[in-house]
Amino acid sequence: MPAEYRLILKHALEPGYTPDLACYLRHGGYETLRKGLTLPPRTLPDGRSLSPQEQIREEVVKSGLRGRGGAGFPCGLKWSFVDRRSGKPIYLICNADESEPGTFKDRQIIYRDPHQLLEGMILACFANDVHLGFIYIRGEFTEGARILERALAEARDHGLLGKNILGTGYDLDILVHRGAGAYICGEETGLIESLEGKRPYPRIKPPYFPAVLGLYLCPTIVNNVETLCNIKHIVAMGGSEFAKIGTPNNTGTRLVSLSGHVRRPGCYEIETGKVTLGELIFDPAFGGGLREGRQLQAVIPGGVSAKVFRAGERVSLRRRGLDGKEVVEERDVLDLPYDFDTLIAAGSMSGSGAVIVIDDSVSMVDVLANISAFFAHESCGQCTPCREGSLWMAKILKRLASGRGRPRDAEDLLHIADNIPGGRTICAFGDACSWPVQSTVSKFKEQFLARGAEGEPYRKVAQPAATSVARLSGTGGGAHPAASALASSVSTAS
Amino acid sequence: MCRRPPGLDGCRKGKQTAMGWTVPQSLEAEIDALVARYPVKRSASLMVLHALQRHFGWLSQQAIEWTAQKLGLQPIHIYELVTFYPMFRQEPVGRWQIKVCRTLSCWLAGSHELHRRLCERLGLDPHRQGPQTTADGRFTVEFVECLACCHTAPVVMINDDLWERVSLEQVESWLTRPEQLAASAPAQAS
Ligand SMILES: Cc1cc2nc3c(=O)[nH]c(=O)nc-3n(C[C@H](O)[C@H](O)[C@H](O)COP(=O)(O)O)c2cc1C
Ligand code: SF4
Ligand code: FES
Repeated sequence: MPAEYRLILKHALEPGYTPDLACYLRHGGYETLRKGLTLPPRTLPDGRSLSPQEQIREEVVKSGLRGRGGAGFPCGLKWSFVDRRSGKPIYLICNADESEPGTFKDRQIIYRDPHQLLEGMILACFANDVHLGFIYIRGEFTEGARILERALAEARDHGLLGKNILGTGYDLDILVHRGAGAYICGEETGLIESLEGKRPYPRIKPPYFPAVLGLYLCPTIVNNVETLCNIKHIVAMGGSEFAKIGTPNNTGTRLVSLSGHVRRPGCYEIETGKVTLGELIFDPAFGGGLREGRQLQAVIPGGVSAKVFRAGERVSLRRRGLDGKEVVEERDVLDLPYDFDTLIAAGSMSGSGAVIVIDDSVSMVDVLANISAFFAHESCGQCTPCREGSLWMAKILKRLASGRGRPRDAEDLLHIADNIPGGRTICAFGDACSWPVQSTVSKFKEQFLARGAEGEPYRKVAQPAATSVARLSGTGGGAHPAASALASSVSTAS
Repeated sequence: MCRRPPGLDGCRKGKQTAMGWTVPQSLEAEIDALVARYPVKRSASLMVLHALQRHFGWLSQQAIEWTAQKLGLQPIHIYELVTFYPMFRQEPVGRWQIKVCRTLSCWLAGSHELHRRLCERLGLDPHRQGPQTTADGRFTVEFVECLACCHTAPVVMINDDLWERVSLEQVESWLTRPEQLAASAPAQAS
């Protein structure tokens, strides 16, 4: 029987659990912080001695923890890139921008259990010799920002933050910084620009790898809320214990944000790789299946940036067997275990852990039109393929969805989508806006061709009013004035 | 919406007499404290703009210039933020700002019908882009992107409060008795 496995949400979802410090302390809160900050130096066989900071970093490597923000990059490895010899301060930023559509897991932690995040974050800062940390929280989490401010004040009052934490001589302060409604602030270098008080234009890498040239051009670590909570549990139980949860290379738990056409949408914590996509959707412990009389049409496994799966699709997985030989396995998408590696092998990704379920009551053309309008609105506008491409795709889809399609729209969409990703843009947004188009159009081609064929024959005068020049002074979101106007002209597509 | 290229000759709708615009002392003290937290002043710009917008409801040209001066920047450095970040307002907004989630999970749950109903009942155009305010200045309605609460779709934010699983009946009830909105409880995550 698949079941939830609650590590991070262990207390947060209990009735009567409150976000204040007293409640957190009653549940054993900040004991791990004390443990981590006072670890005795450990002597290695070769006589070298490991500081508490080095020990925590080593445990994080052992734990196999991978980032929960989207890319799944190994956290210990990310920390190992930090330039510790530059003489500049090292900063740590908690990415609480949570804006990948379909994702609402960080909200659960921030609103219900903010001290767990703080404890994990303080430990992460300590392990990396950070003395000033930031929580970059999306602007719409107004109450979330207040909750965090309160939690930080409580922590300061109790000597858990500020000067000389718990009498150990370690100094750290953490600031809450609010964004203002732009998705691209979630991209780590865009976030850093935003935190510097600028437009969130992602930086080009190289040279601007945050670990070397991040905030104020100092070494900087950006980690997701859920990733930082895991640090607390790794310090508490030890890296090797943590690595026993989940599956090899996919350790720990995942907070899955399940939404769309299921009976029981919600945030479910699972052991990574121990529950399948089908179980998440149909098992009574999770989604509980679809509405009466409906059939599954599609699943988006990792936020709208992820490539969509079609119900009934069979995927070939290449895996290395125990004997080291490569084996090819064919599986139904619903039988894919929910973890990082399997979903990547299956051609998609687990991304931010957002599973969006789509039944047969809607057209995939409309679904894609909705998704593409999002990307067109949110492109920052720096790179031509992304700025123009995301707008073109959204415009074509809006037209197609509103009955003015053309037979070659599907082909045009694929052509555009194939020319944005793969290193042609500064940040991964370019890939993210193309993947849903590539996958949805190719996997549901018949729906796109049918809509295209239904449309009225193309007449120049029949252009939708919304794209006329008179409307080019719309609202923003995009950077370029024309881009932002075009973006807004498609933002209500679907 | 007035969205001129950065010339700073004043936003037409936002033109006010320089005389009538002052930042109260308590707010300025709050802002000074915010600025002092950061290693580099410029970093405080979003937080300062949030504080000003909370007080004035929107960001006038005076607010932009005041912020630039406070942070030792050129007005363009602030103006380019106000024109980029969707949460900032360049013209006055209604007493109740209604943000309807436009994105996938909420759309699947009917958020576009909610938006249409709201617009129709308030005499606004559901197809127009960007925020629209009623003539009496009571309501501003707009579509926004995913509010990170997709499991209780469709969701709507009114001022700082998040409303979940919103029905058409709920919309009717807001419009007939908007007083309930002012008194509504702070957002609860579920
Ligand atoms: C367009 C875009 C949007 C992103 N949005 C978020 C976000 O909202 N929250 C987040 O934690 N990471 C987001 N990321 C990933 C971050 O860039 C970064 O990889 C992550 O915060 C690193 O933290 P982790 O290693 O703990 O996962 C986004 C990435 C891209 C390309
Ligand atoms: S890929 Fe898109 S979002 Fe990323 S920097 Fe380029 S234009 Fe901006
Ligand atoms: S889609 Fe509406 S809250 Fe996420």
